[in-house]
Amino acid sequence: MVERRSILKPDGTIVPGSKPRMDEEFLLEALRLMMLSRAYDERVIGLQRQGRFGVYSPGLGQEASIVGSAMSLDPSRDWIVPQYRELMAVVRQGYPLELITATYMGKTTPDTRIPEGVNVLPTQVALAAQLPQATGLAWGLKLQGKDAVVMAYIGEGGSSEGDFHEALNLAGVQRAPIVFFMQNNQWAISTPRRMQSAVPSFSLRAAGYGFPGVEVDGNDVLAVYDVAVEAVERARAGEGPSLVEAVTYRMGFHNTTDNPSRYLDPAEFEEAKQRDPIQRVIKYLTAIGLWDDERQKTADQEVAAEIERVVEAAQAQRGVRPEMLFDNVYERPPARVERQRAEFLKSVNGH
Amino acid sequence: MPQRNIVEAINNALVEEMERDPRVMLLGLDVGKLGGVFRTTTGLIERFGDRRVVDTPLAEASILGASLGLALSGMVPVAEIQFLGFTAQGFHQIGPQLAKYRHRSRGRFPCQVTIRAPFGGGIRSPEFHSDAVEAQFVQSPGLKIVMPSNAYDAKGMLLEAIRDPDPVLFCEPDRLYRLGRMEVPDGDYRVPFGKASVVREGDDITLVAWSAASELCQRAADTLAADGIEACVVDLRTLVPLDVETLVKAVAKTGRAVVVHEAPLSAGFGAEVVATLMEEAFYDLDAPVARVASYDIPFPAASMEHWYLPSLERVVAAARRTVSL
Ligand SMILES: Cc1ncc(C[n+]2csc(CCOP(=O)(O)OP(=O)(O)O)c2C)c(N)n1
Ligand SMILES: [Mg+2]
Repeated sequence: MVERRSILKPDGTIVPGSKPRMDEEFLLEALRLMMLSRAYDERVIGLQRQGRFGVYSPGLGQEASIVGSAMSLDPSRDWIVPQYRELMAVVRQGYPLELITATYMGKTTPDTRIPEGVNVLPTQVALAAQLPQATGLAWGLKLQGKDAVVMAYIGEGGSSEGDFHEALNLAGVQRAPIVFFMQNNQWAISTPRRMQSAVPSFSLRAAGYGFPGVEVDGNDVLAVYDVAVEAVERARAGEGPSLVEAVTYRMGFHNTTDNPSRYLDPAEFEEAKQRDPIQRVIKYLTAIGLWDDERQKTADQEVAAEIERVVEAAQAQRGVRPEMLFDNVYERPPARVERQRAEFLKSVNGH
Repeated sequence: MPQRNIVEAINNALVEEMERDPRVMLLGLDVGKLGGVFRTTTGLIERFGDRRVVDTPLAEASILGASLGLALSGMVPVAEIQFLGFTAQGFHQIGPQLAKYRHRSRGRFPCQVTIRAPFGGGIRSPEFHSDAVEAQFVQSPGLKIVMPSNAYDAKGMLLEAIRDPDPVLFCEPDRLYRLGRMEVPDGDYRVPFGKASVVREGDDITLVAWSAASELCQRAADTLAADGIEACVVDLRTLVPLDVETLVKAVAKTGRAVVVHEAPLSAGFGAEVVATLMEEAFYDLDAPVARVASYDIPFPAASMEHWYLPSLERVVAAARRTVSL
């Protein structure tokens, strides 16, 4: 059996003897981001149902993994290479939520792209394709003597792809400064974890690549943060990659086109709810006198106001225009493509 | 006679073939309890069990490579790749391997494998889900490429594919999956490969297409008819084998043609169609053959896909222009 690192138990008490790295102020910030993540998901699922938002994969239930991992990074020098279910990690790294929201609202314009200076790569839908790229990024940063660490995200499903193996293998050989952060949320659409791999803990796979693997309770933001900081520090010290398996649970559908009632056992879902990552932080903070109903009310209001601001700002963004269709395919498009562009613009303007 | 849409026709073909031949098995992502992301395999795991309907680990290369091996062992695998664009993650098992295995083994090891994969734009899918990459496979001799556009053909060609001793890539037009129902008989029937269908007769121009673009051309023909232009519509049904005879006859008769496809223009299969017409129908042509395709750019975000894909307006305009020459 592999040890599953844990600090904050589901009942909000601390595992005796543990000393979390995260101080209370930082924990309050983590809680704010987790609450924002939850409330945002709920809000945009509503928008999606009204046809105002694109296909969306919520982070419901995974907030501690998403936020705790990202908070281990220094956004001014480190990089995040996402899959697609790490929205608040990317926001914490500096990609403004209103720009991401606008993108999901169909405003895929140059104005809403990842801003200059924000060390985040685009969402990756082609599963695991981001990993060899992340290894290359980390390797290159190291070659140039930059004091930077890459945090690359992957789902337990995506980790079955060949690219996962190739990326981790190369990272091990090059001792690249990278953390492979796996969110094992027990599901890849309808495929349960046990059908994804016969390995008892995904963290064990790291041994095959010559670097450490750690399993952590992914619903425990204190433990996730600790484990992530250790891996980041290791990378920063030139000791190479790590694999973190954050064991969590997808407390929603795969994405807004999914219907989990076809494959999900409701009892399992109810059981998972008992391990909610946000509730346990609230219980803990309440017990140490840093949280109460009054604070909860204020926090809820602040989060709601922030989401309203974000949605309004996203709505105010300009939408796509025909002139944008051919943008950013080439630095200098071939003449034939330019001709197609001219024909296209003539045909849309003719209507 | 039963009415079925494409999803139901595919499901029905799979059920009947699995009943008939115990060697047939399905493997892919989420094909079990979920019934596939488009529900084409609904009810099959309940009916045939999880040894014959297998949710695999998330890895296309192993779905495809293992299908090859399963076939060599004596099984008849029908692999589902969740979206055609994700064949990229296993292409090395298709083009260089599956397609060539008969040849590589000098006839010793043919591969009776069917690969099913939905594709196509117009349903606001996320990135990579819409890519019409069918032409990429045409450069893999040994592989047959099947592109049904309606429920009747989908069932008849899927049965043909599963029984074909050679590997077949069966591309399903996701935009048409539930567009409407038509008569699809119960029981065994087959739609042979290499037989294009003339879905509409007309004397003024020939529209050539396959898969979802065939449905588009039929609408374009309706619009053109209102203007007094009678368009013949040829649905190629399979790219490999290509029915040169029906194609050439239909184009020679009208002397004018427009080829329509969802893939980008350059080196799309339309280029092969036009080159074939140059070789086989040059002296019967009254005007240059036109192509309407997607542009030579990556498939854009959902909010822009209607600008990118061939539209009714573009097909009609190209047909009018070709008729006026
Ligand atoms: C290469 C590839 N194959 C298939 C898909 C379709 N697909 C999208 S998400 C998904 C499940 C991913 O599961 P996991 O990696 O565990 O991430 P999670 O959705 O649970 O966050 C699948 C099969 C894809 N996007 N890319
Ligand atoms: Mg998962």
